[in-house]
Amino acid sequence: MTNHWVDIKNADLILIMGGNAAEAHPCGFKWVTEAKAHNKARLIVVDPRFTRSASVADVYAPIRTGTDIVFLGGLINYLLANDTIQHEYVVNYTDLSFIVKDAFAFADGLYSGYDAAKRSYDKSSWDYALGEDGYVRTDPTLTDPRCVYNLLKQHYARYTPEMVERVCGTPKDKVLQIWDMIASTATPTRAMTIMYALGWTQHSIGSQMIRTGAMVQLLLGNIGVAGGGMNALRGHSNIQGLTDLGLMSNLLPGYMTLPNEKEQDFEAYIAARAPKPLRPNQLSYWQNYRKFFVSFMKAWWGDAATADNRWAFDYLPKLDKPYDMLQAYELMRQGKMNGYLCQGFNPLAAAPNKAKLTEAFSRLKYLVIMDPLATETSEFWKNHGALNDVDASAIQTEVFRLPTTCFAEENGSLTNSSRWLQWHWKGAEPPGEARSDLEIMAGLFLRLRALYRKDGGAFADPIVNLTWKYAQPHSPAPEELAREYSGGALKDLADPKDPTKVTRKAGEQLAGFAELRDDGSTASGCWIFCGAWGPTGNLMARRDNADPTGIGQTLNWAWAWPANRRVLYNRASCDPSGKPFNPQRALVAWNGSAWGGADVPDFVAGENPAGGMGPFIMNPEGVARFFARAGMAEGPFPEHYEPFETPLAANPLNPGQAQALNNPAARVFADDLAAFGKADQFPHVATTYRLTEHFHYWTKHVRLNAIVQPEQFVEIGAALADALGIGNGSRVRVVSNRGHIEAVAMVTKRIKPLTIEGKVVHTVGIPIHWGFLGVAKPGFLANTLTPFVGDANTQTPEFKSFLVRVEKV
Amino acid sequence: MALQSLDIVRRSATTLPEPQVRGAHTGQVAKLIDVSKCIGCKACQVACMEWNDLRDEVGSCTGHYDNPADLSAHSWTLMRFAEYENPKGDLEWLIRKDGCMHCADPGCLKACPSPGAIVQYANGIVDFHEENCIGCGYCVTGCPFDVPRISKQDKKAYKCTLCSDRVAVGLEPACVKTCPTGAIVFGTKEDMHQHAAERIEDLKSRGFEQAGLYDPAGVGGTHVMYVLHHADQPQLYSGLPEQPRISAMVGLWKGMAKPLGLLAILATAAAGFLHYIGIGPNETDEHDEEAARRELEKTP
Repeated sequence: MTNHWVDIKNADLILIMGGNAAEAHPCGFKWVTEAKAHNKARLIVVDPRFTRSASVADVYAPIRTGTDIVFLGGLINYLLANDTIQHEYVVNYTDLSFIVKDAFAFADGLYSGYDAAKRSYDKSSWDYALGEDGYVRTDPTLTDPRCVYNLLKQHYARYTPEMVERVCGTPKDKVLQIWDMIASTATPTRAMTIMYALGWTQHSIGSQMIRTGAMVQLLLGNIGVAGGGMNALRGHSNIQGLTDLGLMSNLLPGYMTLPNEKEQDFEAYIAARAPKPLRPNQLSYWQNYRKFFVSFMKAWWGDAATADNRWAFDYLPKLDKPYDMLQAYELMRQGKMNGYLCQGFNPLAAAPNKAKLTEAFSRLKYLVIMDPLATETSEFWKNHGALNDVDASAIQTEVFRLPTTCFAEENGSLTNSSRWLQWHWKGAEPPGEARSDLEIMAGLFLRLRALYRKDGGAFADPIVNLTWKYAQPHSPAPEELAREYSGGALKDLADPKDPTKVTRKAGEQLAGFAELRDDGSTASGCWIFCGAWGPTGNLMARRDNADPTGIGQTLNWAWAWPANRRVLYNRASCDPSGKPFNPQRALVAWNGSAWGGADVPDFVAGENPAGGMGPFIMNPEGVARFFARAGMAEGPFPEHYEPFETPLAANPLNPGQAQALNNPAARVFADDLAAFGKADQFPHVATTYRLTEHFHYWTKHVRLNAIVQPEQFVEIGAALADALGIGNGSRVRVVSNRGHIEAVAMVTKRIKPLTIEGKVVHTVGIPIHWGFLGVAKPGFLANTLTPFVGDANTQTPEFKSFLVRVEKV
Repeated sequence: MALQSLDIVRRSATTLPEPQVRGAHTGQVAKLIDVSKCIGCKACQVACMEWNDLRDEVGSCTGHYDNPADLSAHSWTLMRFAEYENPKGDLEWLIRKDGCMHCADPGCLKACPSPGAIVQYANGIVDFHEENCIGCGYCVTGCPFDVPRISKQDKKAYKCTLCSDRVAVGLEPACVKTCPTGAIVFGTKEDMHQHAAERIEDLKSRGFEQAGLYDPAGVGGTHVMYVLHHADQPQLYSGLPEQPRISAMVGLWKGMAKPLGLLAILATAAAGFLHYIGIGPNETDEHDEEAARRELEKTP
C-alpha cells in the first residue's frame, strides 16, 4: 500500500477493483465501513462477480475478467477529454510535460522495437528526449505533440465508453455513472482510494492493470494524500515481508536487484542502479544504492566483504534468466532441476496446471517439505482416487516431510499491507517434533559449511565466509536476525561535518538508513528496514495507538518502512509552495524552515519548496511517470491484451494484428502454449478466487473453518445453468484443456452473462481451498484447470482468466 | 446459566414471585445487527462455536453460502444469504445473521411446561437452563422466529444465550467482539436505538428510503434488533417475519387452555364433592360382595 489500512477511513470514494476486500481482508475492511459510516464515503465495486464486497457497495458493475485496462483506459480518456484532472498536481508532480524521443512509436498494438521471435522489445526508443544540458526537455504548456500528455491522450482516445461496453461487457450507463463519481475526486479536497489484490496481479497483463489504476490516481491527484493511494492488499500475513526481504529470485533485500550475467563489473552494476537526476535539483534517492548495497554485503559476509574484493560482489549469482516458480517447474519437468526444498509452500495446489506439476515433481530426485501441515505437495506421489490419480510405483522421488512451527509458535515480525513491521510473541509451544524454519535452515547450513570446509568444492567462499555470529549457531534467535536486518555500526562513525564527533559507536544499532555508508563501516541486512530495531530497541514491538491528529496516523504503533513513514509520497499532499491541498487531512507541510506534521515527511526535511524538488524522490526525474520509460516489459503505456485463453478471436482494440491478441512480451514455454484451450471447445470464461471462510489450503485442516464452508463448489450464473440444465446443488464437471474438476454447482444471480463483441459470454467462478487432505470434504485442486503462463514482468500466473467447459455430471 | 448478577424476572411454568429488589438500572441490554454493514464473513458463527464449546458436523454444500444449512443444537447462529433483484433491476445480496431474538415477551418461555427451564433476566436476556429441560419441544412451537433446536444427543433444547455468561461479567457477546466491520454492536437498548437512528439516516442518504429498525412490537420488542435497508419488507432477509407473534397454539395453551384445564380439574373435583354431599358416598351391599367373591374363585 502507498497508504495504510487505517487511512482508508479518510477516503471520500473507495474503488475496489481487482480484489474483493470484504471477502479476503474482512478485518481491514472495517476501515471501509468506517469511511462509509463516518466520512460519508461511497463504495464502488467492479468485479466479474457480485461479491461480498459488492453486497455493501453503493454501486456495482460487472466486468469480463482480464479486461480492466479497457475500463481504466476508458476512464483516462474520459478524464482527459472532460479535463477533470488535478491540474496543479499533474503539471508539477508528473511527467505529463516531458518530451518523448521521436523514435518512440505505437502502432497496431505494438510498440517500437518489437522482436516477435524473442517475444521481447528493444526498449531504447522508450525514453524521454534529453536537452543539451543533459536534462529531459519539457513543455509546461502541454502543447508539444511529443509531450507525455499528448501521447497519453492519443493512446487512450481509442478507449471509448462504447469500446468498454464491447470488450468488458459492462453496461455503458454503469460505466459512465462510475466514471462520473471517480472524476469528482479531481478536486484537491476529495480523495479516492483504490484497493486491489490478486484480481489484478494474477493476469498476463497484471502489472499493467495496476499501472493503469495508478495513472488514474495521478490524474486525479490522489497519490500521496490521506484517503488516497494505490493500495495493494497482501493476501498472506507476511507476503509483504517476503518481497521486502527479497525472496523473489531476482531480488536482493530492500528491492535491490541481483546482477544479470552481463553485469560482471561492480561499478557498472552500481551505476545502472544509481541514476543521476534527469531534471535540475532532483534528489534521485537511488543514488545512495552503493551505501545500501555495501551495508547489505557487510551484513551477509562481514569481514570477508572488503573494498579490495568489491564487497564480495563475486559471491552473488549472476542471473542468465529469471528463476521464478514457473521457470523452476519447467526446469524440473525438463529434468534440469532435480532437487527441491519447498518451504511454507504447497505448489501442487497453489501453482497452475497440476498435471504439469505432478510430472515435474515426479522427475525430482528429492523433495523436502518444510510445513506445519501435511500438504498435498508432500503426497503428490500418493494415489487419492480421482482427486489425485497417480501411480505411486512409477514415481521414484524421495520425499522428506519436516514439520515446522507455525507463526503463533515463535517470536518474530510480520509485515502487513500497510508496510508495518509488527513484532509478535510466541503464543504456544510447537507440537511433537516440529522445529522452526530457522533451526532447520541453520542445521542445513552448518552441515553444508562443514562439508565445504572439509572437502572444498567449486567456489566455496560464499558458503564458508557467510556471517553466522549467532549465540546458538544451530538456532539463531528471531531477535538476532531482526537486529541484523535493521543494522548497526561496525566502527565508530564520525560526523561528516565534524570528524572529531562520533555519531554512532561501533556495535550500536542504527536509527535509520540515512546513517548507512558505502565504506564498509555499517551493516544492514535490509536497508528499508533500517531503524526497525534502533538504538532505543525494538520499535516493531510498540503498541501505542495514540492518534493525535485524528486521521489515523499512529506513528508509535509498531514501525513502518521506510523510516516509520505511513503514507508514501506525502510531499505530494501539498501544493508546490508546501501548503496542504486539503487542510482537513494534512499529512505534512512546510513551515518556512522545515517539513513536518502528522507523518514522517517523504522528502528532504529542510528542502525549501522554492527549489522545485519533486515529491517522487525515488525517480531521477523527481516526478511520477505516466510514461514508464523502459520499466515495463510490454510498453510504456498500458495497452489491453486479451488473456492467453480468450473467448475472442481478435483483440478488439487492435483487430488487425494477430501478435497483439495476447501480451506480446509474456514468456510462454512451448508445451504450455500447446496446452492452451480454444473458445470453440471451451466456451466459458473462468476465474479462481478465495472465500472468506478459508485461508488458502491451510484451513481445510481446521474443523471450525470446515464447518462454515465444508465442500467444494463452483459458481455458475442462472442463465448458464438453465441452458445446461444444471440444478442448484447438483454436481458438475468443469473441464479445461489441462484437466477437470468436479464440484457442487452453486447457481446464482450474482454472475450475469455478459455480451462481448455481440456474443454472450458466461463466467464460471471457481473457489480454491479444497484438496485431498484435511478435515473438510475432500475435493479437487482447482489449479488442475489453470494455464501455465504469467505476467510479463513478475511471472505471476494467470489464475484469474482462462477458458473452461461446464458439463452436467 | 444462572449467575447471581443476572436476576431472573420470569421463569417458565412457575407462579412463584421472582426476586424484585435488584434491577437493570442502567437499562436493558440489546444487540444491534446492522445488516448494511455485514459482509457475511461468518466470524460471528465461529466465535459462537468457540466461546460456547460447540462443534457441529462438517456438512455439505447445498448450493448456498449458508453453512451449516440450518440452526442446530450445535449452531446457535447462522448467516443466511438471499439474492434479491430490486425494482431498479440491481442485485442485492442480503445477508442476515439469524439466531435468538431475545423477545421481551418470549414465546418459548410462555410455552415451556417445565419449571425453570426457560428464564428471562432483568437485563432482557432469555436463557435456557438445560438441566430443567424435558425436551418436549414446546419452545420450538412457541418461538415466532423458529430458533430453538432439540439436540439428538440429549433431547434438550438449545439456542443463543446472548452470551449471558459474558454479559454477566461486563463483557460483550462473543459475536460482537469478533465482528470485523462493526456490524454487530452491543449496549443498552436505548443506546442501540440511538446508534440505529444514525445508521438509518446514513442509509436513507444512499437511496434506501425504507431503511429502518426491526424491533417488532408483536413480541414486545426484541433484545436483538436489526438495521434493515428495506425495513418495510423484512421477509426479503431470508424470511424474517413481518409481524412476529407468539403462536396461537401457545396462546391457547397458556391463555385459554390453561384456565380451561384448571376449570376441568376443578369441575371434576366439584362433581365428586357434590356427589358426596348430595348423594353420599358410594357404598357396597352383601349382594355386591358375594358377586366379587365368585369372580375371584373363577380365576386360576
